[in-house]
Amino acid sequence: MISDGIASSLAVEISFWIISISTIFSAIAVVQIKDLFRASLFLILTFLGVAGLFILLGAEFLAGIQLMIYVGAISVLIIFAILMTREIEISNQSHYMRILVSMVALGFMLLAISLITSTDWQLIDERSFPQNQTDEIINTVQNSIPTLSKMLLTEYVLAFEMVGVLLLAAVLGALALVREKK
Amino acid sequence: MTLERFLIIGAILFSIGLYGVLSKKHSIAVLMSLELMFNGINVTAVALSRYTVPYLLTTHSGEKVVQYLLTGQIFTIFIITVAAAEVALGLAIIIAIYRTHQSVLLTDSNQLKN
Repeated sequence: MISDGIASSLAVEISFWIISISTIFSAIAVVQIKDLFRASLFLILTFLGVAGLFILLGAEFLAGIQLMIYVGAISVLIIFAILMTREIEISNQSHYMRILVSMVALGFMLLAISLITSTDWQLIDERSFPQNQTDEIINTVQNSIPTLSKMLLTEYVLAFEMVGVLLLAAVLGALALVREKK
Repeated sequence: MTLERFLIIGAILFSIGLYGVLSKKHSIAVLMSLELMFNGINVTAVALSRYTVPYLLTTHSGEKVVQYLLTGQIFTIFIITVAAAEVALGLAIIIAIYRTHQSVLLTDSNQLKN
């Protein structure tokens, strides 16, 4: 599609398969490993793999956000909470409805995959664009941060502000919840 | 093929997260599986906006229409922000419950049942 010409090369192909297979296997490890602390380490690996997928999709800014927020902040919070609430018999166990739930999840996955593969996606080649638009599109995709910031502060400014207020409220609420009562 | 495989990875991540959310006893494990589901959605949104929006651009031409190329990335930014807020609040609630009940298992938090 609107790639920079390297999207079909062999190195990108190989890195796609390595990243996707390691992402899926570490995601399976997150729900299968008994020790919760090790599972959280595999969760970090999954976040790193998703950041790699973002880079392959041409969303470098999102990959940076993913590294900073998920790998940097959320996983540290999760590990902190695991260590705060450590018990002797703590483990990543499932309850008795495990078989039924795995059937539901597997069915959902098969349904989604069959829908994805049977849909006739309307994808077109970059050569069929009018010439002036092609340059603009390729420029937007390759140099996305100016457009992203423009969109965040014009078209989506209300959502942007609301998300800021939501984050502030969530942090204040978290502080109020975990504060020691005197 | 290139769009489909990203969508399939997103669907697989979402399904693994769905299994974890529905089957885990430990509340932090449920939160971790929820993060897996968020990541699957994010991959799907970015892949869709990258590969399907250019088709719309051929039928809708105009000044600002190129910006729609990045709509999926904007949505993903908001999803990540809301996920961060949700994890902060969720872990605070888990720690508060742990202080009063000395347990983090979801199966032990059933006071309202009786």
